[in-house]
Order: sequence, then structure tokens, then C-alpha cells
Amino acid sequence: MNFFRLFSRPQSAPAARERLQVLLAHERASAGDSDLVTKLRDEILRVISKHMQIDDEKVSVKMERGAQVTTLAVDIEIPFEAGKKAA
Amino acid sequence: MGKVIVVTSGKGGVGKTTSSAALGAALAQNGEKVVVVDFDVGLRNLDLVMGAERRVVYDLVNVIQGEAKLTQALIRDKRLETLYLLPASQTRDKDNLTPEGVEKVITALKRAFDWVICDSPAGIERGATLAMRHADVAIVVTNPEVSSVRDSDRIIGLLDSKTLKAENGECMEKHLLLTRYDPARAERGDMLNVDDVLEILSIPLLGIVPESMDVLRASNVGSPVTLADGHSAPAIAYFDAARRLKGENLPVAIPGEKRGFFGKIFGRKAA
Repeated sequence: MNFFRLFSRPQSAPAARERLQVLLAHERASAGDSDLVTKLRDEILRVISKHMQIDDEKVSVKMERGAQVTTLAVDIEIPFEAGKKAA
Repeated sequence: MGKVIVVTSGKGGVGKTTSSAALGAALAQNGEKVVVVDFDVGLRNLDLVMGAERRVVYDLVNVIQGEAKLTQALIRDKRLETLYLLPASQTRDKDNLTPEGVEKVITALKRAFDWVICDSPAGIERGATLAMRHADVAIVVTNPEVSSVRDSDRIIGLLDSKTLKAENGECMEKHLLLTRYDPARAERGDMLNVDDVLEILSIPLLGIVPESMDVLRASNVGSPVTLADGHSAPAIAYFDAARRLKGENLPVAIPGEKRGFFGKIFGRKAA
């Protein structure tokens, strides 16, 4: 430890290291994420359409990443006719 | 059958071409039969760094398109009998590289050489993915700097998913080559140090090449740094890295690190 360092500028490497660790943790987790949502959407669609007619455009699959948990929201609009047939 | 090595990084300007040339020459200086292949179609530079720019007649794209035989395109180094270069095309673009064509060339080179070193272009597009596709071993060249480390992390992800080895469920062997390392700045805490980078990327260390005038001087005269000045610090780093590639268990000395008696004996464990 250099005595004179006490009076010099603060070190920048620890900041670089910390920023990288936070950034890469996120980037690694989300690599291939877009793929997953598309896959989920396709498979969910296939299962639902076995039982009722739905419009591809009216299905939304969203994944939201929070600090502690990730939520998956699936929103499917079922037309009146299809719903009646299923019931 | 020879070993296929990809030298890659994601980011440009970190030392892929310098390292490909230096490692290729270092291996050849030890009697290994080596070919260094430039995958940077459109922006070739390996020929220049190796001092063969005036001897290029045919290139990788010519071979892939069937316009030249592989033996016609290979350039033998003037200083080292067992070192060859396969240049990239300067005039065509990277779309001329086809997966089938690259596979054919690599297969033929593997039969004739002990080492096939693929110098990847920067980026994560076609040239880079084709350069890594057939690799047995990957060398990830990284500078101790945030953007380089981030891009290396991305490339490591691609090595683990987009290569033949990965697709066959095998694990790609990856090594970190830390280049342009400035021990004084790292010591002052103004540059990521070796442990920082190793901890973040968590792949084994192949070597540390210190920032040095000798690297620029070697490229100025068109000579791999291990040939230009074999006793310079970067040359020694590359010679050691080449020995580790060959499977030798050689501890990596950290430049500038003051080591006591025990430190010298129990050096850092190599890749």
C-alpha cells in the first residue's frame, strides 16, 4: 500500500469490475430469452387451438424480469363464438 | 489429424491477428506444422502482419469457389519452413464464405497440418461464426477494459452454442489470452487486473501479453513478434502460451507482480 495513494485520485478499476459484473449477470440471463418467449407462445397457441378457435394476433405472451422474480403473463382473447362452442 | 484453434474476441483491435501470427510462429519455431487462416474477408491483415502481403495470389474465397486449389493458395513463410498462411480475400465480401466450403477447407487443412489457427474477424456475424464453427479449441483474446470483457463474454456464449462441438453436446475448450496488459496501471488500480478478468469471464488463462512497443515494431516490419525479437516480453508470453496449448503445465507469471520465494515456487496454475 502506497502512502501517497491516500491523496491521489480514487481507483477506477473496482468501478469497472462492479459495472461489468452487474451488466453481464443480466446479459447472460437474457441470452436466448427472445427465443424462449416465441417458443412458449407457439406451444401455448397450439394447445389452446386444439380446443377452441383463437386468433393468432390476439395472443400476447410477456415476460418481465424483476429483481427477485420473473413473471410470465399470457393474455389470450377468445372470440364469443369460439367460447360458446367450447362451453 | 491436426487441431483447429479459433482466435476470437468479438471486439476489434484487441490483438487477434497479432496473436494468431505470434502463436502460429511460436508453434512452428518448435517444429510443429502450422497454418494460419485469415477469416476476415474484405479486411484481411494477417498477410501484412506476417510480411507476406506481396506474395498473395489466391485466397480462401478462391479456394471455396473452386477457382484455385488449396495448395496454390497456401503461402509458405520465408523464415519458417513449417509455417503457412491462407490469406482472406480483400476484394470480395464475407457472403462468399459458405459453411460447406469452409468445412471442406478445414477438413483438408486438418489432414496436412498439426495446427490450424483460424484468425476470426471482429463482430459476431458470418465471418466470425464460420471461423469458430469447426474449432476444437478457442482462444478468447481480451484487453483489460470493460468493452472488450463484455464482448468476450458474448463470444464465450456463442462458442458454447453456435459451434459444431456445442451442437454435438460437447464442451468447447476455451482459453483466455489477456493482451495489452499494463502491470503499472493494474497495480495503481486504474486497469482491471488479471484476477478481475478471470473472475468475470471464468475461463482458464492461457497467457498474459504485456503492452509493449515490441508488438508494434514487429508488425511494422511484417514479422510475428516471436520471430522479430524472441527475447522480448510479449514474445516470451506467446512462446509460453504456445507451450500451454501443446498441453504443458506451465504456471502463468503475472507481469509486474513482485513475488517472494514461495510465490516463485507456487506460481499461478495455468490453463
